[in-house]
Amino acid sequence: MKDSLAFEIVVVGAGPAGLAAACTASERARSVAIVDDNPAPGGQIWRGEARTPWIERARSSPVQLLTETQVVASPGEPALLAARGDRPVEIRYEKLILATGARERFLPFPGWTRPNVLGAGGLQALVKGGMPIAGKRVIVAGSGPLLLAVAAYLRRQGAKIAMVAEQASRGAVLKFARTVARSPSKLMQTLGLMRDLAGVPYRTGCWPVEAAQGEVKFRRGGRTWSEPCDYLACGFGLVPNTELAALLGCTSQDGFVAVDSRQQTTQPGVYCAGEPTGIGGAGLAIVEGRIAGYSATGRPDEARRLFAERDRGNRFRIKLQEAFRLRPELAALARPETIVCRCEDVSFGRIAEHRGWQAIKMQTRCGMGPCQARICGPAVDFLLGIPADSVRPPIFPVPAGLLAEDL
Amino acid sequence: MSVRIADVAVVGGGIVGAACADAFSADGLSVELIEAGIVGGGASAAGMGHLTVMDDSEAQFALTSFSLRLWKRLETALPAEVEYSRCGTLWVAADDEEMAEVERKRQFYTLRGVTAETLDARQVAEAEPNLRPGLAGGLLVPGDRVIYAPCAAAWLVKRAIAGGARVRTGVRAVSTDASMGAGMVTLSDGGRVSAKHIVDATGAASPDLVRPRKGHLAITDRYAGFVRHQVVELGYLKSAHGHDIESVAFNVQPRATGQVLIGSSRQYGIGDSRVDAHLLARMLRRAVEYMPRIATLSVVRAWTGFRAATPDSLPLIGPSPRNGQVLLATGHEGLGITTSLGTARLLADWVAGRKPPIPIEPYLPTRFPAEVHRG
Ligand SMILES: Cc1cc2nc3c(=O)[nH]c(=O)nc-3n(C[C@H](O)[C@H](O)[C@H](O)COP(=O)(O)OP(=O)(O)OC[C@H]3O[C@@H](n4cnc5c(N)ncnc54)[C@H](O)[C@@H]3O)c2cc1C
Ligand SMILES: Cc1cc2nc3c(=O)[nH]c(=O)nc-3n(C[C@H](O)[C@H](O)[C@H](O)COP(=O)(O)OP(=O)(O)OC[C@H]3O[C@@H](n4cnc5c(N)ncnc54)[C@H](O)[C@@H]3O)c2cc1C
Repeated sequence: MKDSLAFEIVVVGAGPAGLAAACTASERARSVAIVDDNPAPGGQIWRGEARTPWIERARSSPVQLLTETQVVASPGEPALLAARGDRPVEIRYEKLILATGARERFLPFPGWTRPNVLGAGGLQALVKGGMPIAGKRVIVAGSGPLLLAVAAYLRRQGAKIAMVAEQASRGAVLKFARTVARSPSKLMQTLGLMRDLAGVPYRTGCWPVEAAQGEVKFRRGGRTWSEPCDYLACGFGLVPNTELAALLGCTSQDGFVAVDSRQQTTQPGVYCAGEPTGIGGAGLAIVEGRIAGYSATGRPDEARRLFAERDRGNRFRIKLQEAFRLRPELAALARPETIVCRCEDVSFGRIAEHRGWQAIKMQTRCGMGPCQARICGPAVDFLLGIPADSVRPPIFPVPAGLLAEDL
Repeated sequence: MSVRIADVAVVGGGIVGAACADAFSADGLSVELIEAGIVGGGASAAGMGHLTVMDDSEAQFALTSFSLRLWKRLETALPAEVEYSRCGTLWVAADDEEMAEVERKRQFYTLRGVTAETLDARQVAEAEPNLRPGLAGGLLVPGDRVIYAPCAAAWLVKRAIAGGARVRTGVRAVSTDASMGAGMVTLSDGGRVSAKHIVDATGAASPDLVRPRKGHLAITDRYAGFVRHQVVELGYLKSAHGHDIESVAFNVQPRATGQVLIGSSRQYGIGDSRVDAHLLARMLRRAVEYMPRIATLSVVRAWTGFRAATPDSLPLIGPSPRNGQVLLATGHEGLGITTSLGTARLLADWVAGRKPPIPIEPYLPTRFPAEVHRG
């Protein structure tokens, strides 16, 4: 028999959006649970931090924290199927708030599958998990403010940051920096990072073109050169985790979960907040989470009072998106023999023979491996403009025995 | 929009339509293949790709064994991505009653020239170490094969194109008319194809007589060597080929990648293609009953597909009773990947007026009175 739990409000994801949604909902709801697959709440940004205000607030609230619990399917009724270790748990809800966050975008370029090339956030998580980095020469490359956050963190842990390579142009970055400076809290955050990164070259309009053992080739302003490094940490922006929303039948728009002003998806009673609705940073995630929490507990007026704050967040989101839009040159780095799907070893040349995602998948096995296109799907979309749009349960691999248990 | 003219218009580019396009084009006829989605999508992308000789009836045996011979002729020509595997089938018997079935089946096959070997309890355990202990035995049919159907369909279509066939994907046939000795297919993009013969290879979407029968499958991560044959329970005969509303059977397959493909379920009256968690659970429980360690294998994906079922479990191959210009090539239920090549051969022979290698009569749609064929 499966364990079965039931709550009035279930929030999936314990990052900023999910924590804010759950705390807000718990002021009114009979019962609230947050489900997250990590050992502790905090999501991507507060990973491994115990003392952030929203985590403390959640811990002192009646919200039930279901950690190390991964939602893998939706058995049909208003219920989720989650995996806790090898055990299935059924989680029933009256209202559901999806706050599943985002993941890094990887772009295939020659050598990107080498062991010395890692995701920027991935390397950060590894180091938070105990991987020794002191004294290692690291280059952080890709796009977006996340690169600075990761570089600063790695440096504090003793890494030698040889360079931060930002693909966006100097003009775009400066324009964005002026925007950020308009909001004092963001300025503080950025200044803090700048202090941490004093002396580290920050090169704009610069991107990796090929990685080899011990060195990476970069391009900037028509010039190509090699930089020695132990690790290349790459992150080309974020991709929303929309799989669960898609499985529940929520409509998406341009790759993001479509929501109305109350953060409700196209499925009644299912709300969505944070990065799945748009990549706008923790501030926007929190305000969206709060609006979702108010909406799901029937408090539209309180929700409405936050709309202006959300609008500000959305303006920031759009500026972020404009400033760090990926340049088309990046789509030309992959060679025919460059691997795009790491799970199934499928090269770019084989993928480019087909015109739609289903044909790519069926004919080449791209996206058929354990990651189920989480990595190669966004890459194919960027390289060929073909979105990977098929989601089937389970959204994460689970033992067959877990799916075999019935109610 | 212009009218294109062809000898044969094949509607549907699943494995059956692909095989038909290939066979007609090999006969020197001009072929126009129209596929609403992609070649090798549909049920052909959902199925297991087990090429198997079946013995439910003489007619089923004739078509499956003939088709398997045709597949074997392609053995050396098929490209690597078709993942042609000589794994054979192991039918497992749980008890003495099923052992009696093993014996009957063995005699049936042997009499008809198909190699089949009875295995006792110990031999079954040796053949498939992950089967649970205590099974009565089994029947090994070493000549059965496994392929990856989407790539097989794509290869057949490529060969048809090399033979002059034209292929349109992403275009749906919206209506077919026949008058004055020619058929006319109207397409969703406004185009039309005029053809002497129209082949309806639309699988479960075919309007004639077929009922969609939903099936579930699940695939695991890579566990090379976990299972060596296509392993199927003999209870399959009782449960899956019966006409219950809903049934599951233990049926697992080793993929060339080392993955284990786990089947299967059968359900009538369901139009919704979503995975049904309860039926999937039932199907996996059945698999775990036979191979307990399956419980520990990581499932990466589950999906569904629709078989085209007919009242007598035989396909519909030949002229439609409602419209002689339309040749049906559908109703293959759970065997269409196997029987695609035989189906195409029979139709090509029919059109050419050649004597077919096996009689077509058992599969002619006219075996059902015209009023049973709905529009
Ligand atoms: C790798 C990475 C590193 C980042 N590092 C920084 C940084 O250093 N500084 C910074 O300012 N911003 C960083 N960001 C951006 C920051 O995470 C976001 O702006 C913000 O956290 C978004 O909050 P959220 O609540 O929407 O999502 P998240 O914080 O991503 O939270 C979503 C949570 O949901 C969980 N989850 C998802 N699906 C399921 C499921 N099916 N079952 C159970 N749990 C699930 C996830 O594991 C995660 O814990 C990072 C983002 C990423 C992807
Ligand atoms: C779970 C499951 C397991 C199976 N296992 C096996 C097995 O192991 N061995 C075996 O031999 N068989 C198996 N089968 C059966 C096999 O998959 C089918 O019999 C076979 O794929 C049928 O092929 P088809 O070409 O007739 O149909 P499909 O593959 O469904 O192709 C029909 C095509 O027609 C197209 N179409 C429909 N309407 C139109 C239109 N109006 N205009 C244009 N195009 C149209 C569709 O887009 C589709 O591509 C299995 C089936 C299922 C569901």
